[in-house]
Amino acid sequence: MPLIEKGRVVEDRFHRIGDDEALPEGAPVLIGIDRFLREAEALKGRQAPVGVIWPNDRPIGEIEPYLGQLSLIALGFPIFRDGRAYSQARLLRERLGWTGPLRAVGNVLQDQFLLMQRSGFDQIEAVKQADAAAFEEVVHRYSAFYQPATDERPSLLRQRLGRTARPE
Amino acid sequence: MAAPQQQKLKVNGPVAVTANRLSDGVVVWRTAAGGWSTDLADAAVVTTAPEAIALLESASVRHTDAVGAYVAPVVVVEDGTVRPGNLRERIRVAGPTFTLPGALGADLPAA
Amino acid sequence: MYVYDEFDRAFLAERVAEFRDQVNRRLAGALNEDEFKPLRLMNGVYLQLHAYMLRVAIPYGTLSAAQLRRMAHVARTYDRGYGHFTTRQNIQFNWIKLENLPDAMAELAEVGVHGIQTSGNCIRNVTTDQWAGAVPGEFDDPRIWAEILRQYSTLHPEFTYLPRKFKIAITAAGHDRAAIKVHDVGLRLHRNEAGELGFEVLVGGGLGRTPFVGKSIRPFLPVRELLSYIEAIMRVYNQYGRRDNIYKARIKILVHEIGAEEFSKAVEAEWAAIRDGALHLTDEMIEEIRSRFVYPAYEALDDEPAEFTAAMADPRFATWFANSVHPHKVPGYSIVTISLKPVGAPPGDATADQMDVIADLADAHAFGEIRVGHEQNLCLPSVARRDLPELWRRLDAAGLATPNVNLVNDIISCPGLDYCALANTRAIPVAQEIAKRFADLDKARGIGRLHINISGCINACGHHHVGHIGILGVEKNGQEFFQITLGGRADEQAQLGTLLGPAVSYDQVPGLVEDVVATYMELRSGPQELFVDTVARLGVEPFKERVYAAH
Repeated sequence: MPLIEKGRVVEDRFHRIGDDEALPEGAPVLIGIDRFLREAEALKGRQAPVGVIWPNDRPIGEIEPYLGQLSLIALGFPIFRDGRAYSQARLLRERLGWTGPLRAVGNVLQDQFLLMQRSGFDQIEAVKQADAAAFEEVVHRYSAFYQPATDERPSLLRQRLGRTARPE
Repeated sequence: MAAPQQQKLKVNGPVAVTANRLSDGVVVWRTAAGGWSTDLADAAVVTTAPEAIALLESASVRHTDAVGAYVAPVVVVEDGTVRPGNLRERIRVAGPTFTLPGALGADLPAA
Repeated sequence: MYVYDEFDRAFLAERVAEFRDQVNRRLAGALNEDEFKPLRLMNGVYLQLHAYMLRVAIPYGTLSAAQLRRMAHVARTYDRGYGHFTTRQNIQFNWIKLENLPDAMAELAEVGVHGIQTSGNCIRNVTTDQWAGAVPGEFDDPRIWAEILRQYSTLHPEFTYLPRKFKIAITAAGHDRAAIKVHDVGLRLHRNEAGELGFEVLVGGGLGRTPFVGKSIRPFLPVRELLSYIEAIMRVYNQYGRRDNIYKARIKILVHEIGAEEFSKAVEAEWAAIRDGALHLTDEMIEEIRSRFVYPAYEALDDEPAEFTAAMADPRFATWFANSVHPHKVPGYSIVTISLKPVGAPPGDATADQMDVIADLADAHAFGEIRVGHEQNLCLPSVARRDLPELWRRLDAAGLATPNVNLVNDIISCPGLDYCALANTRAIPVAQEIAKRFADLDKARGIGRLHINISGCINACGHHHVGHIGILGVEKNGQEFFQITLGGRADEQAQLGTLLGPAVSYDQVPGLVEDVVATYMELRSGPQELFVDTVARLGVEPFKERVYAAH
């Protein structure tokens, strides 16, 4: 599945490793929550980056003690109509101060790219090749945004005020 | 008449497979030839659950022709004419059961 | 009227372009129906029994004459020459083709009208009092706040895939015409002891399969905090609302399961973290929105002009006036309700020709403004009293002056099985038949205020739980049956109706309603005691005894 970062399809340098598989020496890995929590202490000493797939039904606040040892956080969309991870993403960025890579995984379609970008995701794992190709187009489809979000595009309330202050 | 798509398939008597045409929503019926027709008379009518399931599966292969296919009861009257099998299907075939507002509504065909 | 600026217009054009692309991808097969359905729903496009249906929002119930004319045009060009006004300040076009939808939407967008978020699991069209800004005694114009919420919620990145749909209603008057107690969030605008403007916040109200009256979680929220507090509610709901069962996914179930107090605590905790952030509304922001509401240039007029006094000699005019006209906050003006319930017609339907007539009358007599209420009637919010006789004559000629507002045949009804893919039974023909039984409007006036609400299934789009008489269609062995409830109401004393007894068949419903009404006429303490008050005083038992004895 194509991984999009900063608008470009990039190679995924993280290896997704199952709960019972051995971790490849020296390579970045992305692992599930159960394994991560079980091995969190041991993983602190690992010499290569570790990422976790945090499920959308576990309060995101619980990730806080582990942020320092993580190199990637992936949030899941088991079906694309399940929007819990949007809130998790915003809380990670705005409340917990996570500045590292934040990846959307699961049933991720192009019609959600903009919402994901606005909620703080900077990596998107698209299901469809054609969707990945359409990334630039779909995230620039709108020129105005009504509400403030994580992306800090100005909201219309403020844009209009700016205009009011500087009449044309 | 809970949405028929959600019902378990029970076949007691003649049934056909129906859906709405993707492009305009018009009611269509699955034909024996593997196409869709707006005329109930063209519908493939079957009487057993395995036949109905096969018909439904064949109807779901291409998703660009019709939407929301399901098995609907029909009635075959003595001369062989096929009629809708319940109130919901009668309304789908014949339109609302009251006069539509305005002249336009009354004049146009149900489809 | 709220005036759209270039941002809003650009946004709508971009939205239409996006939907056009989505429709093209669907028709070409790049999207399957599972993927496309949520996208079309976000734009108000349903698939019903016979055709696609487009639901278009009428934000806070306010329409310009130009917008209504455009709706008439869409009805004529893309549909079958009529539209249906719903219980949620929307209009529905029932016969529209998917392949034509982008063009129809583009035409609507030109006048600032759209179907965005009229469906789907997002924050829906925010509704309010159809008399907002015109009725005496409001604390503020609730539409200012509905507009702020509309903008805030439009394509909200975090809250577009909620567990379930989310409906917010606002009232700013003593009498609640917006049914705020049966919404996911209800906002009651009022002033505190210090004279500051704020909201009482209710959550967890709603109808449907599991009806609840909303619970108050905050008696006073300063208006500047509106968006941060709503965002806190939404964030708690988005994370903790149930997603395992569609029937338990509304916020009312979460509030019920964890309790209003626990829910409130979670909201307050979230709110504490964000209340001073980007969503804090400054006075300048509020004024900016307020400044784009253009109010009529009222003149200093007489309340009893000669034209009006002369017309009152005509009993037909006087009857219509007494029934359909309400006092305005400005002397010399009135609020006029236009009944879309001529006896025997589908409730809430208007033909394209009628829409054009109403738009013309709004231009001629009502500052070009029309309102839509949840009772499925229209309203001209500001008409000079001297113009009332002329207005009435023209409404009457177009079949729009039936003096039955709030009477037994001003029935609220969902579309039912005649259109809707979810319905169990028909609703519109039931309403038509009941209305005919009370076709004698003098008699109906003698009965007084009586709201009948009909839903063709448990989803309760006809708000049957809060009808003075509620009628719910259920299916039994393939036949249409109806449960009757009495004593519901949607106003500030909101209450769910009580079941009268066993369900009755389609043919029995009109007679049963007649019997209920006859029982009320016998039992009421006098003409001043409304139906709903008699039921409150006596309960349903006396009604049950008489009605079921007769059937």
